[in-house]
Amino acid sequence: MPPILVIARLTALETSRRKLLLALGVLTLVVIGVSAWGFSKLWDIQTNGGPAPPALVRTTASQLLILVAFMFEAILALSAAIVAAPSISTDLESGLALSMLARPIRRSDFLLGKWLGLAAMLVLYTAVSAWGELLAVEWATGFFPPHPILLVVFIATVGLVLLTLSLALSTRLSGITGAVIALGGYFMAWVGGIVGGIGSALHNDALATAGTISKLLLPTDGLWRGAVWTLEPEALLVTYRSAGPGAAAFPFAAANPPPAPFLAWSALWLLAMLGIALWSFRRREI
Amino acid sequence: MTVPRGEAFGFLGPNGAGKTTAVKLLLGLVEATSGEGWVLGRPIGDRTTRGRIGYLPELFRYQPWLSAREVLSLHCELAGLPRSSWKQEIQAALEVVDLAGRAGDRVGTFSKGMQQRLGLGVALLGKPELVFLDEPTSALDPVGRHDVRQIINALKERGTSVFLNSHLLTEVEMCCDRVAIVDHGRVVVSGTLDELLGGHAVRIRVSGLAPRQRASVSGFGELDDDGEWLTVRGLDPERVPELVAELVKLGGRVYQVEPRHQTLEDRFLQLLGEGSN
Repeated sequence: MPPILVIARLTALETSRRKLLLALGVLTLVVIGVSAWGFSKLWDIQTNGGPAPPALVRTTASQLLILVAFMFEAILALSAAIVAAPSISTDLESGLALSMLARPIRRSDFLLGKWLGLAAMLVLYTAVSAWGELLAVEWATGFFPPHPILLVVFIATVGLVLLTLSLALSTRLSGITGAVIALGGYFMAWVGGIVGGIGSALHNDALATAGTISKLLLPTDGLWRGAVWTLEPEALLVTYRSAGPGAAAFPFAAANPPPAPFLAWSALWLLAMLGIALWSFRRREI
Repeated sequence: MTVPRGEAFGFLGPNGAGKTTAVKLLLGLVEATSGEGWVLGRPIGDRTTRGRIGYLPELFRYQPWLSAREVLSLHCELAGLPRSSWKQEIQAALEVVDLAGRAGDRVGTFSKGMQQRLGLGVALLGKPELVFLDEPTSALDPVGRHDVRQIINALKERGTSVFLNSHLLTEVEMCCDRVAIVDHGRVVVSGTLDELLGGHAVRIRVSGLAPRQRASVSGFGELDDDGEWLTVRGLDPERVPELVAELVKLGGRVYQVEPRHQTLEDRFLQLLGEGSN
């Protein structure tokens, strides 16, 4: 097996042996169970003295699902940063990497193997937890989002962005410092997205530009808006589009999918960050 | 500095002398700012050469969530050993470092000494041509230290070069054919133990001789005279009776004759003392 896959397998095994997967799995099952019960209670809503019509229940479910998706996305972002930020630095500080890097493997094998192992676990977790939640909501309310696969892609990419950033920071900084920077950046980008939306709504170019710059520096919020769009029912999309750019100020609403140039930029950002991580790791003393 | 193949080479120096850095340089873990070097006939840092090298780092740590057998298996894979040889290699390494009974236990449950034994086993996988051992007995008890000496001797017998970094000078003296002493990143002296320790010496307690008469026996070797004891270094043991007879002939009264073997520690302290002066 190529060294990169050996390290990837070792990294995945570590997350499993350290019971991270088990903890996330149990937590996710609890969230899915509780949210399924909560969504089923939407049928108890009364309107005009009678039960709410199914269309209203499904629309309400779609908006609540966006909140649940945000919680999943935040857990994923936190987990990606907290797991990836110490992954290289701790191995170097403890000496664990010394005996491995003295073998006939490239440093890039070591780093890319770590990235691949963590990325595989992240994508797998996102896919399984998202489908579990979507099926639970469909069972409880009959609502199933229009773009479920794209939902997984957008949320997993948010996780990959934070994973890659944290890994790059881990080549030079301690785990705590790297995680603080990555998560600080994530929340700042989220706020930056809201600021940019307010700027667009109020025709304030400075605020709108700040939002755009924030999206370019760390594309997590732009990708989150993509995830929101995948969950919106068509009726609400029409309403948001008619509301104009002001809808972008609200972080739990999206009238349109992210534009193609932004998606291309996000892919380029990921590759560039991985390149920076490789360059940084190759040049440091072990 | 040259380390001949098939020999055990002791690399000594005070704290901060650059011993571990030198090993990391030779393994390509640190990039050289200047100078050049070759390991097993290839320039330092060559990736494929690392497949012929075993390494026990000073800061040894192995995945605590893996068993000892899994750690060895991982290193077999990273070293590029053929899968058909893994079982035999792992079993041999476990037996050499006396961990066969704990092969299935998680490394996280091991004592520091057991982890160092495991590290030694990792370094021996694949019958490397060269083994770097950086303070290989720092966490071991006297039995473990004895075992390491036996392992080093066995490696020498099968033609493996051993590069031993150690603060334990008696250990180096017992195992190594050749040593180098470094300080502040520079080699102070390098050579065989005999060359470094200057062969045999003898101490003679003698009186009744003028300083000039005492100095007249300098033809027997390097003299060190404190007025009471006369120490002669680099003397062939066969010539000791001749030296005593000469002192008596000069009118000296000989009370004691002691063969003296300069230890590596004496020489180490002497050289570093000279360096600091």
